[in-house]
Amino acid sequence: MEFLSYFGGVFEPLAFALLVGGTIGGLILGATPGLSPTMAVALLIPFTFHLTATQGLILLGAAYTSTVAGGAVSAILLKIPGAPANIATALDGHAMAKKGEGARALHLSFLSSGIGGVIGVLLLIFLTPLLAQWALAFGPSHLFWLAILGVTVIGSLDSKSFVKGLLAGCIGLWLSMIGYDDIQGAQRFIFHDALAGGIHIIAALIGIFAIPQVLDMFAKGRSKAKIEAVDVPQHAFSASAKEMGRSGRPLTIGTIIGSIVGLIPGIGGQIAGLVAYDQAKKFSPHKDKFGTGHPEGLIAAESANNAMVGPSLVPLLTLSIPGSPTAAVLLGGLLIHGIFPGSDIFERNPEVIWTFINSMLIGQIFMVIFGIVIAKQAAKIAQAPLPIMASAVLVLALFGSYSVQQSMGDVWIMLSLGLGMYFLEKFGFSAAPVVLGLILGPIAESNFVQGSLIAGAQFDGPWAQAQYFTTGTLNLVLIALVILSIGYSFLSHRASGRAAVNVEGVQA
Amino acid sequence: MTASRTQHLASSSIILVIALLVGWVSFTEQPAEAFLFPRLISIFFMVFALWNFIRAVMGLSKVGEGISGQTARAILPGLIVMLIYIFWAAKGYGKVPALEGHWLYDWVRRGLGFYTSSTIAFFLLYSLYDPAPITDIRSWLKRIVVTAIFMAIIYGLFALLLKVQTPRGMIF
Repeated sequence: MEFLSYFGGVFEPLAFALLVGGTIGGLILGATPGLSPTMAVALLIPFTFHLTATQGLILLGAAYTSTVAGGAVSAILLKIPGAPANIATALDGHAMAKKGEGARALHLSFLSSGIGGVIGVLLLIFLTPLLAQWALAFGPSHLFWLAILGVTVIGSLDSKSFVKGLLAGCIGLWLSMIGYDDIQGAQRFIFHDALAGGIHIIAALIGIFAIPQVLDMFAKGRSKAKIEAVDVPQHAFSASAKEMGRSGRPLTIGTIIGSIVGLIPGIGGQIAGLVAYDQAKKFSPHKDKFGTGHPEGLIAAESANNAMVGPSLVPLLTLSIPGSPTAAVLLGGLLIHGIFPGSDIFERNPEVIWTFINSMLIGQIFMVIFGIVIAKQAAKIAQAPLPIMASAVLVLALFGSYSVQQSMGDVWIMLSLGLGMYFLEKFGFSAAPVVLGLILGPIAESNFVQGSLIAGAQFDGPWAQAQYFTTGTLNLVLIALVILSIGYSFLSHRASGRAAVNVEGVQA
Repeated sequence: MTASRTQHLASSSIILVIALLVGWVSFTEQPAEAFLFPRLISIFFMVFALWNFIRAVMGLSKVGEGISGQTARAILPGLIVMLIYIFWAAKGYGKVPALEGHWLYDWVRRGLGFYTSSTIAFFLLYSLYDPAPITDIRSWLKRIVVTAIFMAIIYGLFALLLKVQTPRGMIF
């Protein structure tokens, strides 16, 4: 119950203002189609440089939580999911809005997000110290395998193609090695002066997540299509709250699935929402009503995608392995504030970490309150023309990446990586494994080097390194998990490929 | 829609060349200790890049929509503005000793400055992709007002609140 003694920090004037501002801003950004939560958090990181670590993390945590929930607004009122996590929300949410139940759908959406989110953060509070205790037993070889596991899991699960997922992870690992070697001081892959200092993680995150979205908006051309929001007649909040009380089944399904998905590194909210929707449908006596504006589907999807947020930080804080792409960006935010995740994170930075986690708990409540109050206004902002959004994101990306180190080199790196990522995405590569490789690369390398030195002292012969890295129960378990994640992905992609061929054959 | 076989072949070839370059640098550069980890990663990088290339050659690469002519035409004007804005207008670029001292070269090398170039880039991109007719005076006024408001917010945030020193260039 140590966390209880750190609630005071959340209510310090600036921290509290950042929590409120981050929640409201996140709701609006989340509701804006084309601006993903990951990109929103990446663009916010430069603004945290002038804040303390605690204040910066409070802002990023509030934005992370509320962008996921804010995406439901445009999913319900515009039928455009604000984020991939809200795809399942649009299925029944928009149908409800079209029936004149928009306010009811928004109330249920924010209430289920809030409940799922609170339970998710409670899991974060109680599971993180346990996992941190367990992680104390980890040595360099285990941390090396964990970093590799993080890249292979996200590379395998977050990509449409098995080989392209792992290849994207390799690209990220290679990018992380550019610059001067920490131990020998040797130049590595410095093909231009701008690369001498290596690739700064924040500039890379902004480029990889923001620039492809800017180009995607350009690709829509001079589109005249106007997004029309449906009218939202009034609905009593008390009636929605009572209905929520009677919706235990979808809420439980969504919360449990979201929490489990969050704990698995690299999966993210999109999967959580869709799996929860599917399971709620299977367990519902009203299966046929799903997709026609049935609140159960909406509640399951929204509780799942917010329940995922807290647990996605458990492996991040203890093992440096993010549970979702947005958590990967948050890891970048932690590192630039000098907070290094690990088993002793609660001993080294108890105040920062507990205040941050507590702010996420309070942020869930704010998210429900502000979400319900500003949902309609957020939907209006979400209708902002694409050219304005694209131009605004580009200018913010320039200023944000420059302000990291006041360096034009970072800006050029940001744009170059962004353009590269746009073309990679067009050929089926995913951004998440690249980012994970970039973030986990230095962790993997430093533990690989440390492990190699220990191996030289502990074992004799030419196979000393291999012996150190491949013996011991924990090493073998982690190696098995790496192979399992790759094997599972390989088989599932092969199966889905065969299914696609069969469908094409039947259609022909 | 999926990308054509030629497009998959082109993209996988580029990635293979990069992977081979990374492998070559990792195994030839010294000191060897500094390239221990890069060597390990480059082996996997080259294997997966080769696998990806073989799949593209055999026509098995199906994931990804590729870039159609229509998409290329749509993004091209924005991309050009973006490249000029970032690589030149914001701060200037390049050093050609033979031209140093020439007033036009010095003027061009300095760029326009962050705020001026951002204002122009924002306005240009908004105008290029705004579906409103070119002859509509009101839409031009709207673009000017939106650009001015947005840049005022950016100036307030970065110059006044965060005190970020940005390159001034030849204007501001």
